[in-house]
Amino acid sequence: MDFTVLRDLAAGNTWGSIWPELGLGCLALALLVLETVLPKSAHRRIPMVSILGQLGLLVALLATFDTSRHEAFNGLLMQSPLGELMRAFFLVSSLLVSILGRAGLPGRKVPQVEFHHIVLVVAAAMMLLVESRNFVMLFVALETVTVGLYILVSYYRSSAKTLEAGLKYLVMGALSSALLLFGIVLLYGVAGSAGLAGRTPQGMYFVGLEAFLEVNPHNFMAAAGIVLVLAGVAFKIGAFPFQIWVPDVYQGAPTPVTAFLAVASKAAGFIVLLVLVTQVFAPYEWLVVPVLTFMAAATILFGNLAALKQNNVKRLIGLSGVSHAGFILLAVASANRVPSAIGAVYFYLIAYLVASFAVFGVMTILSGPDDAEQELSDYCGLAKRSPFLAGILACGLGSLAGIPPLAGFMGKLFVFTAAFRAGHYGLLAVAISGVVISIYYYFGWIRAAYFNDEAPISPETASRVDGGGMTLRVAIALLAAGSIILGFYQGPLGSLLSR
Amino acid sequence: MSSLPLDPLLLSVGAPLSVAALIALGVPKRIVVKLAYLGFAVPAIAGLYLWWSFAAAAKESHGYAYLTNYSTGLDGFGISLKLGLNGISLPLFVLAGIVGFAAGLYALQSTAERMKTYLLLLLVMLAGLIGTFASVDIFFFYFFHELALIPTFIMVGIWGGRDRSHAAMTLTVYLTIGAMLSLLGLVAIYVKSGANSFDLLAIRDTLASRPLGEVTQRHIFGLLLFGFGVLVSLWPFHSWAPLGYGAAPSSAAMLHAGVLKKFGLYGLVQIALPLLPLGALHWSHTAATLAAVGNVLVIGLVTIAQRDLKQMVGYSSVMHMGYAFLGIATGSLLGVGGVVMLMVAHGLSVALLFLLSTSIHQRTNTFDLQQMGGLAQQAPVLAALFVTATFASVGLPGFANFWGELPIFVALWGFSHCLTVIALLGTVISAVYGLRAAARVFFGPQTEAFARFEASKPVTDITWAERLPALVLIAALLFVGVWPRSISTGIDQALAGRVPAAAAVPVATPQ
Repeated sequence: MDFTVLRDLAAGNTWGSIWPELGLGCLALALLVLETVLPKSAHRRIPMVSILGQLGLLVALLATFDTSRHEAFNGLLMQSPLGELMRAFFLVSSLLVSILGRAGLPGRKVPQVEFHHIVLVVAAAMMLLVESRNFVMLFVALETVTVGLYILVSYYRSSAKTLEAGLKYLVMGALSSALLLFGIVLLYGVAGSAGLAGRTPQGMYFVGLEAFLEVNPHNFMAAAGIVLVLAGVAFKIGAFPFQIWVPDVYQGAPTPVTAFLAVASKAAGFIVLLVLVTQVFAPYEWLVVPVLTFMAAATILFGNLAALKQNNVKRLIGLSGVSHAGFILLAVASANRVPSAIGAVYFYLIAYLVASFAVFGVMTILSGPDDAEQELSDYCGLAKRSPFLAGILACGLGSLAGIPPLAGFMGKLFVFTAAFRAGHYGLLAVAISGVVISIYYYFGWIRAAYFNDEAPISPETASRVDGGGMTLRVAIALLAAGSIILGFYQGPLGSLLSR
Repeated sequence: MSSLPLDPLLLSVGAPLSVAALIALGVPKRIVVKLAYLGFAVPAIAGLYLWWSFAAAAKESHGYAYLTNYSTGLDGFGISLKLGLNGISLPLFVLAGIVGFAAGLYALQSTAERMKTYLLLLLVMLAGLIGTFASVDIFFFYFFHELALIPTFIMVGIWGGRDRSHAAMTLTVYLTIGAMLSLLGLVAIYVKSGANSFDLLAIRDTLASRPLGEVTQRHIFGLLLFGFGVLVSLWPFHSWAPLGYGAAPSSAAMLHAGVLKKFGLYGLVQIALPLLPLGALHWSHTAATLAAVGNVLVIGLVTIAQRDLKQMVGYSSVMHMGYAFLGIATGSLLGVGGVVMLMVAHGLSVALLFLLSTSIHQRTNTFDLQQMGGLAQQAPVLAALFVTATFASVGLPGFANFWGELPIFVALWGFSHCLTVIALLGTVISAVYGLRAAARVFFGPQTEAFARFEASKPVTDITWAERLPALVLIAALLFVGVWPRSISTGIDQALAGRVPAAAAVPVATPQ
């Protein structure tokens, strides 16, 4: 037996390079162990262990921020500065979801520790997902994320709305995975077919497939595979015409999970899409760019128009999230021709994270016994009852609406500039009208909080403003401050992204 | 700027912002008032100092003095906080300082609810206004404008008069459309110029050697004309203005109508005309016709028909914006210079009118002109101030407005005789509604409604706390009216060779 081959392969398994993922996995297991060994009275402290552990990992990650580019696991994974940035992104998301969960879960009859466990596992899988440079790796990571989210979405299992959401997400998720898998198989099959020039057994690797596609830039089967892969990813990011699950699932899922879906899951989808579009499918620009352009325009219009008439804030934020997906697609569609579009996608996602979690934090605090029923009318007169929460909400929504000096505006500016450079003038016109429409419903929400103080509010609803606990309040205050600061001082992040 | 320990431009932006931040952090109320005085005064004092020393200051580049540059981490995108002033931005910077000071004084003596938040928003707005005119970087020029715009929406929504919710929403949607279009135009300049920088001076340098093609110029100028046009209430995109001003609290209306609205005109004069001269020539007749027929004639007649004093002032400001667009359309040194002059003059006079309207409302409890009458007996000083403000607004010689309108009319004669006649008709219209309002409010017999109101609450004359901001504004109007050279020299220098009429010569001459 030839041991050198195995030794060489093992030498490529640079386990040290995925220490943040391993750390998250160990932390997740530790939570379960703690639940079995600790007495029942100490169980309520376990979520805090998870939060502190993630905080520790985040500090370690930022302290050892690796700005080099190298392969790991023989090309299955790619480490890069932007990959490091996304690791921090997912770590921050899971940390915030844990904080939201710690505030929102107690009081409902559901298992507590398992929630935090699954969040950590999903976050680790998302990190691997955006680093993967191999379709098998990509699919395994993606399925880990999706299966974890199936559980999380239907976590409040006694609520009919939540179960409906869970079922819809399961069916739609399975369908999208099937499409993605079918696309991958087609591409792999075409790349390996004997009759074609440049055929390669390395069709599962992004590099190998790209080399093959470059030689065959107009192969029908490959084009069909690409469209299927794009469709699979479009499900994850909630882009038109695969956005139909978004409002129901966002409404039914527990609010912390809605935040996780809206921010982290969508971001993971976009980074995968960005890698696919700019690298693997670059030779098929003639196909990919028109498809993305159409999707972007339709997504922006659908998201904004459908959000106009919503009174349930979870549906509203879900549909507004669809429109944000459209704006980011605008940048992805420009990324082939304009390098700065890549930085724009990252910045937009970061701004979206900071703003969304602030809003979700306020929603978690204000949610009643039925998590799915959060209406705009519950926010009437919020500014009088709690100026703090109203201020946070205004910062978050303002940033989502893209109002300067908040971070969301910078995100939109970068995206629009990139799209302008790429010559997507028609799409820009759609995007601008989308922004104007979106002002209407974001402003309607702010108007409820600030200007409508005559509407009657039940004492029970009014008393919710004091909930949430200190950790969550500090977290959302930091997020609101982050939205403001990122709006006019981007500092090291700006230089990293504009390189 | 090494002679000063602190950059006065950054200080003018930073002082109101810092005070606003301190208020947000919750300092006690008695300190809030003192801090607010400081926050409102610093930009005015800095503005006057800079105006005084401008002639002697070193012009480092393109006639800009006091240039400083601060990095915000986006140098890779060509964005950095570059501050500086030239002959066009300086008078507007001083205008923002003076109107901001007057609006601040007026707010401090008012009895608004949630006073702390009110002052905080006004200070943020002031910082945005100051920053707009101090920015050389066109990204920050836009950014600071939005910073000033957001508090306006909130102030209309919270402290507005009747129908405030509707007014706030209309204002927000309209102005967002305008802002988005102008943003697109600015991004277009950034991308198409190839300078890879938002720095106006870098863009000027690049375009001086490689001007944009005529078709590109037309498209971009169109975007900017209508984007800024919505913001400056160019007819037929004006309907937000009277509605918004009618509902806005007085200090917010003073700052918005007086200063913030000049952003669009300033953008056209400082950015669009010099960079896109061919685009400006292409659009000049459209803009001039819309402005003359729409803003001056139609809105002028609409203004005469107003019964509500505050709405009337709002409409009159829409009408005067028509003259500004006419001046820009002429594209000549005289006309465009007149526009800058008019921007300063109108800013001062419309702020004064909004201030006095609110003071009248406090004494009559109504804005309805037909419910008022004979207020001059109880409030002679208020009457004198209001008549003065009306004279200024009509453009009587001796006030700054005269020096704004006269050059525009002279330049317009060379552009189009027909439009000049319409514009001159406008001065008659504005005299009609201005003097009629003054007569209705202060002279003639008292109406029954007013007599009843007076019986329930005795009417007093304007207080010193209200007089002071009004006097500051009148002093500025008279100063510029008597000595227009104090700002026109700088304007001439900044505009020389940078107006479309100058650029048109090589195009009109066959090779």
